[in-house]
Formats: sequence, C-alpha cells, structure tokens
Amino acid sequence: MKAPEIGETAIKLEGVWVNFNGAVILEDVNLSIEAGRYVGILGPNGAGKSTLLKVILGLIRPQRGRVQVLGQSPEKLRQHGSAVGYLPQRPLGNPRFPVTVADVVLMGRYGRIGLFKRPRREDRELVRRRLEDLSISHLANRLIGDLSGGEQQRVFIARALCVDPRILILDEPTVSLDACAQDDIFELVHTLREKLNLTVLIVSHDIGAVARHMDDVVCINRRIHVHQRPPIGRLSLESTFGCAVEYLFHGEIPHRVVKTHDD
Amino acid sequence: MMTDLFALGFLQRALAAAILVSLLCGVLSTFVVLRRMAFIGVGISHSAFGGVALGFLLGIDPLWTGIGFALMVALLIEYAQTRTAVEEDTAIGIFFAASMALGLVFLHLSRAYNVDVFGFLFGNILAIDTRQLWQILVVTVAVLAVILTFFKEIVFLSFDEEMAWVNGVPVKALRYLFLVLMALVVIITIYLVGIILVSALLVIPGAIAQNLARQLKSMVWVSTGAAVGSAVGGLILSYAIDFPSGATIVLMLALLYLGTSGLRPWLHHR
Repeated sequence: MKAPEIGETAIKLEGVWVNFNGAVILEDVNLSIEAGRYVGILGPNGAGKSTLLKVILGLIRPQRGRVQVLGQSPEKLRQHGSAVGYLPQRPLGNPRFPVTVADVVLMGRYGRIGLFKRPRREDRELVRRRLEDLSISHLANRLIGDLSGGEQQRVFIARALCVDPRILILDEPTVSLDACAQDDIFELVHTLREKLNLTVLIVSHDIGAVARHMDDVVCINRRIHVHQRPPIGRLSLESTFGCAVEYLFHGEIPHRVVKTHDD
Repeated sequence: MMTDLFALGFLQRALAAAILVSLLCGVLSTFVVLRRMAFIGVGISHSAFGGVALGFLLGIDPLWTGIGFALMVALLIEYAQTRTAVEEDTAIGIFFAASMALGLVFLHLSRAYNVDVFGFLFGNILAIDTRQLWQILVVTVAVLAVILTFFKEIVFLSFDEEMAWVNGVPVKALRYLFLVLMALVVIITIYLVGIILVSALLVIPGAIAQNLARQLKSMVWVSTGAAVGSAVGGLILSYAIDFPSGATIVLMLALLYLGTSGLRPWLHHR
C-alpha cells in the first residue's frame, strides 16, 4: 500500500449538488481533504451527513458537480476493488444471518479477490491480522448476531480495513454504544489511522470526541463549513445546528451539546 | 410392493424430476429466505400463469411462454422498485394479479377447456414425460452452476448489498441474475407442485434450515435435505394413500417447519 504523500488530496468535491425527491440535500458543496487527515463531520439530523459520505463512496451520484477520490471518480475507483473502507450506519441488516465473524471480515476481501476466484491463504492471513488489530481474534468463530453492539462495530471496522483501504469512512460508528465503548472506538480508529496511514472521515454526534480526536471538523447543514482546527466556536455550531447550543464543561473540553429551541 | 412401484416408468420419471426440482429449490431457498424475497417468489410464480395460458392460446409449449412471463414480471418488479417510487410489495401485488387476470383471459379466448389447467395450478408430477424431464435436468444443472460460480458474491449481496457495491461487487447485475434464476426455478417447480404451491418450495426449506443451522453452508445443506426429503417422501406417500402429490409434499414441508420451530430456541442456546 502506497503511503499518502503530504499535501496530496485524498478527496475533492467541487460544486456538488444533490437533490432527493425535489428537496436539496447538498447545496454547492466544495470540500478538499488532504491525505492522512482525521476528519470529523458534524451536523443535525437530516443535514446531509450520510449523503455526503455516499457521494464520496459513489453510492449517490450528484446532480451537479465533480467528485474525485484519490484522483479518480468514485465509480472508477470501485471497479478496481476500491481503496475506500466503509462502515455503514446500520451494517447488520439481518441479525439472524448465519455467518461467523471471520466470514464477515473475509467479505471485505471479496471485491479485491474478484469474480470467479476463491479466497486464498493471503486473504485469510489478512483477516487474521485485522482481527488482531481490532483485538477480536477470540471472536473469530462466533456468529455475528450473537455479539454485543461494540463487538459488532469492531468486526465491521475490521471488514472495512480488509479492503486494504487508503481512506476509511465511518458513518456514526458510536451511535448505539455506551460512553466507554464510544471512547474505545475513537481511540482505536486513532491508532489504526497511524498504523495503516489512513485518511479517516467520521460522522459523529459526539462533538466532544470530535474536538478531542480530529484534525479537521466539517460542519454540515446542506452547506458546509470547514474548521481547520478545534476548538469549534459556539457561533459556528449554532449556525450549523440552527438553534441555540449550550456547552457543558467537564474540564477543558465541551462534552455535550444541549439544544434549546426558542419555538 | 415397493419394487413394483419403482418399476413403473412414470413413477421413475416423477421421482427423478422431484429429486432434481427439490434439490434446486432447496439451494435457492436459502437465499430467498436470507434476502427476504418470499413475496417475490409468490409474485413470480403466480405471474407464470399468464404465460402458461398464453402458451395454450398460441399452441406452443407453455414452458417457454411461462418462462417469458415469469422473467418479464421479475424484471418489471426490479425495475419498478429501483427506478420508480413504487414500493416493492405494491409492485409485486399489482404485477402478479394483472398477469393472473391476463392468464384467465387467454384461457377464455383459447377455449381450451380440455387442457390440464388444474395440473398447472396444482402440479401433476406423475404426468411428466421424458422431454420435460430433460428440460428439468438442463435447468437444474445450469442454475446450480451459476449459483456455485457466484456463491461468495451472492452471500455478500444477501448479507449487505450496499457494502458489496462499495467493495466493487457487480451488485446490479447479480440482482437481475438472481431474479432470472428464480424465474427459471419457479417454472420447472410448477411441474412438481403447481403454480399455486411453488412459493412453498422456495420459502419453507430455507425457513426450516434457518431453524436448525447456525452456519450458512450447513443451512444450504439442511435446506436441500429438507426439500429433497419432503419431495421424495411426499411423492411416495401421496401415491400410497392416493393423495394429490403436490399438496402432500407441501404439507410435509409445512409440518417439518412447525416441528423444527419448536426445536429452535433449544438449538440456538447452547
């Protein structure tokens, strides 16, 4: 895997518009993410966070604008087995699906293996290493549906990493986890990013965690605001969320945001 | 007495056909259940009625017109779901009722009251001839070959379609391919249990396997075993006690499902 060069652009969006059923979801989005950054994406519900990720992944084709991922269109990138690892918001559609953890992580290789070929020893070896990276080797033969939410998240991150990605995209990886497990996931991603030279995009509602861990913060509510460095000011948060925002301080870092609506 | 039974040519053909068809249904059923496509199975099989009746009207082999109709409806359902705002189950409900209605009109126009419509609706495996047996064999080998070839992709698709797409698996092509396979299997299964009962063979074996198996591969085996066992057992039983064969096979499957549902909580808590 090629290490990202400093200053190389991993993701570039120019004038991207997305409409869905007549509503504007993304409005003239321009965004450029350097390789190797750890980027948090913040925004209220329905602001277009997942849509932005799906545009980058090629799952949604914008009505207008240009998307370049590692210098290529997402569709083209996908055809080579992709260089983007992805953790969807709800990765386990059917909890009764009879596959083991090792099976699920191996699926991450299928695009790379290609049609008409079977997984080889190298593929299984990579699965083993990724399970180790995520400290879930002991779960390899358990059924995916039998695991806790935090364990499942680790499995799906391991699967995303089995692509051998240069970019890792996580859509609300901590949404159903308790506070401890949430922090674990952020820590883990931080470590993996350094180890594997990744550019990481995370959608999160946890403003405190974003401020603590990430290099850049993208605030999105149809349009976007990019903040190069935390701390994020109260004004920009309020303009993103469209309502008053209140910080609760625990030490130096804002931990929670409480919405207070005037209406 | 059993040796006498097997010496009869029509019964040999019926047994061979039952084994092939149920083998195929058992394998496919695993994915129909995991991909939650039970209602699509109902839709495709019922819409085949329109095609079968068209065959009677035009005086050509109802197999071909049936396949044509089933394929057309399968692809229309997929198209309606991905390209328009229509919900999948609504699309299925509309297309299968419309093509059954068309079938009735075709039958009326053909005035072919002497043809074996009842056989097509409820199956008449004992009437199967050598040519039909060959058709079944060809479809079975072809469909199994395709499933084996794309097994890992079909599993990935069934587990997480979006992720499969992101990873570069040709999801759209495989979705259409799976519908084509279903349409083919539905048509040859009509010989065994008839249009009305086809969906039972596409759904129940997989559901039984889900009750018993914890791993995907064992699920495929259990599903296939349940389908073949019920088909052969049901066929012999129906002959012995003079019951309709298609209905006996489906009832055996249903009983197996009920029985294994009782075992499920016990099996899944080791």
